[in-house]
Amino acid sequence: MKFDKYEWTAISIMISLFILVGFIQGWSVSLVILNMCIISAIMTMGVNISWGYAGVINFGVMGFLAMGGLAAVLVSYPPIKEAWQVGGSGLGISFILLIALVTAVYFISKVVQKKPHKYWLNGIVIFFGIIIIRYFFLNATNRIEEIDPALAGFLGGANLPIIFSWVVGGFFAGGVAFVIGKVALGLRSDYLAIVTLGISEIVVSVLKHEEWLSRGVKNVIGLKRPVPYEINLQTSDWFINMVAWFNSSKLNNITNIDQRQEVLNNLIIDGSGLFVKLNYAVLFFMVMIVIYYFANKAQISPWGRMMRAIRDNETSANAMGKDIVKQHLIIFVIGAAIVGVAGAMLVTLDGLFTPSGYRPLRFTFIIWIMVIVGGSGNNLGAIFGGFVIWFAWIEVAPLTTFLIEVFTSNMDPQNAIRLHLLDSVPYFRYLLMGMVLLLILRYRPKGIIPEKVRHS
Amino acid sequence: MIDIINAIVVLLNFVIIPGLSYGSQLALGALGVTFVYAVLRFANFAHGELMSFGAMITILFTWFFQSQNIGLGILPTALIALPFGILATIILGLLSDKFVFKYYRSQKSVPVVLAMVSIGVMFVVNAIIRIIVGTETIKFSDGQKFIMKAKQFKAMTGLNEGLALKSSQVITILITILLLTFTFWFLQKTKTGKSMRAFSDNEDLALLSGINPDRVVFITWLIVGTLACVAGTLYGLDKSYKPIIYLNLVLPVFASAIVGGIGSPFGAVVGGYVIAFSEIMVTYAYKKFLKYLLPENLEPSSLVQLLSTDYKFAVSFTILVIVLLIRPSGIFRGKVL
Repeated sequence: MKFDKYEWTAISIMISLFILVGFIQGWSVSLVILNMCIISAIMTMGVNISWGYAGVINFGVMGFLAMGGLAAVLVSYPPIKEAWQVGGSGLGISFILLIALVTAVYFISKVVQKKPHKYWLNGIVIFFGIIIIRYFFLNATNRIEEIDPALAGFLGGANLPIIFSWVVGGFFAGGVAFVIGKVALGLRSDYLAIVTLGISEIVVSVLKHEEWLSRGVKNVIGLKRPVPYEINLQTSDWFINMVAWFNSSKLNNITNIDQRQEVLNNLIIDGSGLFVKLNYAVLFFMVMIVIYYFANKAQISPWGRMMRAIRDNETSANAMGKDIVKQHLIIFVIGAAIVGVAGAMLVTLDGLFTPSGYRPLRFTFIIWIMVIVGGSGNNLGAIFGGFVIWFAWIEVAPLTTFLIEVFTSNMDPQNAIRLHLLDSVPYFRYLLMGMVLLLILRYRPKGIIPEKVRHS
Repeated sequence: MIDIINAIVVLLNFVIIPGLSYGSQLALGALGVTFVYAVLRFANFAHGELMSFGAMITILFTWFFQSQNIGLGILPTALIALPFGILATIILGLLSDKFVFKYYRSQKSVPVVLAMVSIGVMFVVNAIIRIIVGTETIKFSDGQKFIMKAKQFKAMTGLNEGLALKSSQVITILITILLLTFTFWFLQKTKTGKSMRAFSDNEDLALLSGINPDRVVFITWLIVGTLACVAGTLYGLDKSYKPIIYLNLVLPVFASAIVGGIGSPFGAVVGGYVIAFSEIMVTYAYKKFLKYLLPENLEPSSLVQLLSTDYKFAVSFTILVIVLLIRPSGIFRGKVL
């Protein structure tokens, strides 16, 4: 990983921005932004792998993130035994029937060759199959959802440490991506964009309404953490000693013992929050570095060269004997899996899973802006795009408030226009994102850190 | 016999009339998407925001007229405000073309880049709308709400089931018929319409035969702006106006255009109705309908609903995926992207 001068400048500007925020708005704010920046960077790398390496468009980011989030719930939440007792068998039966149905459809497609007959037969089989499955399925799910609806009402999870879900989330998202890819990857780019966008909406609406699986719009709260809780830190000796040691110069200046204790207590409360966020940041950063390392290795490997060849000229790559459909599927699944990892991390950071929070504007289009702005085809560019755009997304609100106040300072403070503008501060971030995307596409279409083409 | 009429009335009231009005809104939207696709050759993700923008301007003018006590009596005031909305939407479309899309057209960029650019436009327009009117739900329909209430219908015919006819539904269907007739007449009969079709069919040949591309693009934005504004306003009039809804609406609109065959205006209209009816028919509970048709001992105990209404949205995509798998060019053989 050798960076050139330009890349070092980008990295150092980003670091200094975080330090600046740390001094102006506090280190806690800075760390919160940093954590989300790292997660965004991982999502961006996922999209960048399919779009930047192979030119496969993936507008289903939101759906894959939601699958990762589901993994976090299913891995870490304790199982709800009563729910399994009343609904387990019904769910099992409907699952077996579903497999039977899929096999039947597959079999019919293989055996019946004539086209209209094939579709009619399949239609009839699917129609009746669904009616039968629904009978068992709805019985089971209704019973599950009736159990203690205020607290449970779903199957629960496997009660494992949540950090495993980062891997499981990748597999979940990859699995969904495999199905989508099998269905849709033959389509040309515009169609594929719309279809993936639509399917991601379907995934999210399933998570929203299948309460037995994900608790739906009732949300899952209080997920476990991979890092210590603040309250435990505040009572453990080693942490108190560490805070005292860090601030020893400040504490030694205070002679009054009561006052000193009070200052120390405040420092411990602040410090525990910071320590937790810092732990998250370290964990996330390690994941990011690992993914970055492998993504880079893959890009400069023969496989990455082949992907570039497919991207730049599909026909000639095909003529060289490369299986384009298969390679597209592989890279689509890998990209989606990385997005799924980020989705699990996102839910881990929040500690709660809210299916209704997944909206395409926030979770698909912003990620795409990150990729385009950062530089598609370059992993460092993707990371940089994720950092810059998320940083701007958060920091544009205080900045606009400031600007509006400066520009309207000679107006009456109760002026209707001024008040209206101040009310709509949150929407200026959309304006900024749109403008940034348009400007980058016009004047720097390869992104801030463009792809490096190696000739060897 | 009376049972069968009752069953038909139930179906009319809950499936056919809502389906027709929702389908009309989708058809107008999809027609706009198809026009942009056929002439300017890209998938315009900003189309939903264009619809939203038109509806917003119409609302602002409606408020103005209401404050001046100008109205249409039993008809909603929005109908007088609509021309202003259309004008503003056309201007927005032309501005976005001049400052954004034109450059990429001259560069001969690939369609995906143009789609990305349209996402940028979508964000900007979205932000403008939110800055102007916020994100709250706005109800702006006034005048008489119902042409016929369920009770009136029952008293009139003596049937068990009522048939309610909202004025917004009737207005939607009438305006759609008017606009579609005009659009197709324009495309088929006028010289400009023919030159547009020629341009869409083969750009180079059209240029060779002396068709002015700037004029074609200009006319396209006139039509697209009109269609988008009318579709957006009718949707807002029928349900209620909420800026966020239009981003969700853009997906069924795209689905309609693609199902019908993107690039084919007639296909877009058919696609709109196909999507609307399948969304409503798959999620409608047929219990009441079957109750009238089946003998008493066969009466269904459950709701007889294929999918819960939660999945209304998912239906349009399932159809889109199925159509793309079986017949990628859509029902009416549009262009393959």
